[in-house]
Amino acid sequence: MRRVTKIAAAGIASAALACSLTACGESSTEAAGKNKGVGLAFDVGGRDDHSFNEAAARGTDKAEKELGVKSKLMTAKNGETEADREQRLTSLAEAGFNPVIGVGFNYGNSINKVAKKFPKTTFAVVDSASTAKNVYGINFAENEGSYLAGVAAALKTKTKKVGFIGGVNNALIQKFQAGFEQGVKDTDPKVKVTSQYLYANDDKGFNDPAAAKGKAKGMLDDGKDVIYSAAGQSGAGAIEMVAGKKGAWAIGVDSDQYEQPGLAKYKDQILTSVVKNVDVAVYDVIKSVKDGKPLTGTVHLTLKQDGVSLATSGGHIDDLKDELDAAKKRIVDGKVKVAENPAK
Amino acid sequence: MKKIDRTKLTLGIAAPVLAIVAALVITSVIILATGKDPLHAYAVMVDFGSKSDSQVWIINKAVPYYLSALAVAIGFRMNLFNIGVDGQYRIAAFFAAVVGGALTLPGFLQIPLIIIVAMLVGSVWAGIAGVLKTTRGVSEVITTIMLNSIAAAVIGYFLQEGRLAVKDGNLFHTPNIPASSHFFTIPTQPDPLDGFLVVAAVVGLAYWFVLGRTRFGFDLRTVGRSESAAQAGGVSVKRMVITSMLLSGAAAGLIGMPTLLGVSHNYGTDFPVGIGFTGIAIALLGRNHPLGMAAGALLWGFLERTGTQLEFEDYEQEIVGVMQGVIVLCVVIAYEVVRRYGLRIQQRKVGEELAAQARKTDKAEVSA
Repeated sequence: MRRVTKIAAAGIASAALACSLTACGESSTEAAGKNKGVGLAFDVGGRDDHSFNEAAARGTDKAEKELGVKSKLMTAKNGETEADREQRLTSLAEAGFNPVIGVGFNYGNSINKVAKKFPKTTFAVVDSASTAKNVYGINFAENEGSYLAGVAAALKTKTKKVGFIGGVNNALIQKFQAGFEQGVKDTDPKVKVTSQYLYANDDKGFNDPAAAKGKAKGMLDDGKDVIYSAAGQSGAGAIEMVAGKKGAWAIGVDSDQYEQPGLAKYKDQILTSVVKNVDVAVYDVIKSVKDGKPLTGTVHLTLKQDGVSLATSGGHIDDLKDELDAAKKRIVDGKVKVAENPAK
Repeated sequence: MKKIDRTKLTLGIAAPVLAIVAALVITSVIILATGKDPLHAYAVMVDFGSKSDSQVWIINKAVPYYLSALAVAIGFRMNLFNIGVDGQYRIAAFFAAVVGGALTLPGFLQIPLIIIVAMLVGSVWAGIAGVLKTTRGVSEVITTIMLNSIAAAVIGYFLQEGRLAVKDGNLFHTPNIPASSHFFTIPTQPDPLDGFLVVAAVVGLAYWFVLGRTRFGFDLRTVGRSESAAQAGGVSVKRMVITSMLLSGAAAGLIGMPTLLGVSHNYGTDFPVGIGFTGIAIALLGRNHPLGMAAGALLWGFLERTGTQLEFEDYEQEIVGVMQGVIVLCVVIAYEVVRRYGLRIQQRKVGEELAAQARKTDKAEVSA
């Protein structure tokens, strides 16, 4: 019996291999269709992460409503390889979606690679640069927005201890950390900032709310009363934990998390959010394609261009308006340069 | 004699057939429950999965999966549960990438060097668990899973600007390995096949030969079946534990190589994680058999390739994950059910034979 299975398996395997070697059968790229609208590939966490991905989704929703385009949304899984990302983008381009937008720096390499195969399609990537001529790379000055969050935190804290929770310890999230730490330090050198990460290098850090909850609990127990988390979907866990402690504040990220219906229960303790206007950038790309003048190249959206901002909904930081405006002016005028790398 | 063979053959075929049928039925019910048509889903999968670029994609994707399954299976055959393959391949690939990025030797020297570094690092990392088990009696399940976290932390520490990595946009990665160290590819249309396929096949062959055809392999399997019996037979269990952990780790070291030498050319924050866990599922699916695992790895690649396409037909993204889980469960359960059924048949047969013998002796006694 074992021999039979062996022979069968070997036969199937070699037939499959032979078939690939001779490239029999048509390639899937040969069957393409007409423009179907926007193809959006999310990072892990998906559309309803109340944060980063949701900002991109809002831009797409707006385009659907105002420009009448259709869309297809797809989501990354944990532990993906380049091959998975390339396939997702290729499938979208192949199916006739234009523009194809990758949300998250993980798509940086794959989007520029896939774009070369589809010169007539416009691609865009959030948080990464463009290296192909039909790719629009959208980057934000997260450090500048986070600086303002640091100012607010330093002014609001009573215990003189604040915390930062990053989802994954990578170059992007370090920008949030660097800005926040600098903002706190420039405002009140006596306030101590503790920065911690959920994962060293596993993108699970962006969709593990339980881990963020645990980290936030540790910080609260240690007396930190303002906690800023930059961790995608995980951030919701930190906000939930902070909301359980009276007098503590959470600072949200990417979307205005005070306005997130999914987080409405905790909004009384969401001080503010460092908003990345991913929605605006995404909408702009879609519109540019619709208008026949597709955007390309790499942009860097800073505080000056309102690419990043501090949310004021809820009115929790209204009393700090003067200080925050002054800090913003210093950055916009170039008097303060916000670091991208945390001080070692 | 011939009759037993036929039952064996039927049972042998029954197990995989039962598993496939059960898996198909369960997934169909699940897809139906989401209000979609399962037959259309299978048609889409088969159609898209058989396209030429899909075939290449599936094979390339299956190569690391297969290596991972082999690494896990070496432990399984010895009753060792090496959950740490994930950490082993990551730390191995990381240090291999560091060494590869620091040197510029001719490819025929540097490629083997990178691979050897990876295998060494992988086996050292797995060996820690082996040493702890033999000297302190710590379960390898605990140590290997903890070593996964430690590996991630070590990589996280070194994968920073100014330590062993460079900053590239929003990514950190080790310096790129020189072009001379890129692994060869097998030219096919429209995309090339990864040359590491050859290495995977050789490792699979070596696994089959060493475990099935050598004394070492026999000893290893004996320890897996019964430690005390092996000890009584003169096998040093401790040595076998260490050796098999080292081998398992060395095989794990190869998992990251197709990616490092063929795709990314560096170890960055975007290096794939989790292949070590996929390997566990594939080793179970392939029942630790070199060809079975190859089929399992290809099946996994097929499901992942076609899963994206299902999303375009408005099926849920999670369907493929559900399918993968259902298939592994069905295979494990089907083989167990068939094994027990076979055992019962055997018992009945032996019982009948004994009874027949007893009747014969009775008769003989009476006539005497």
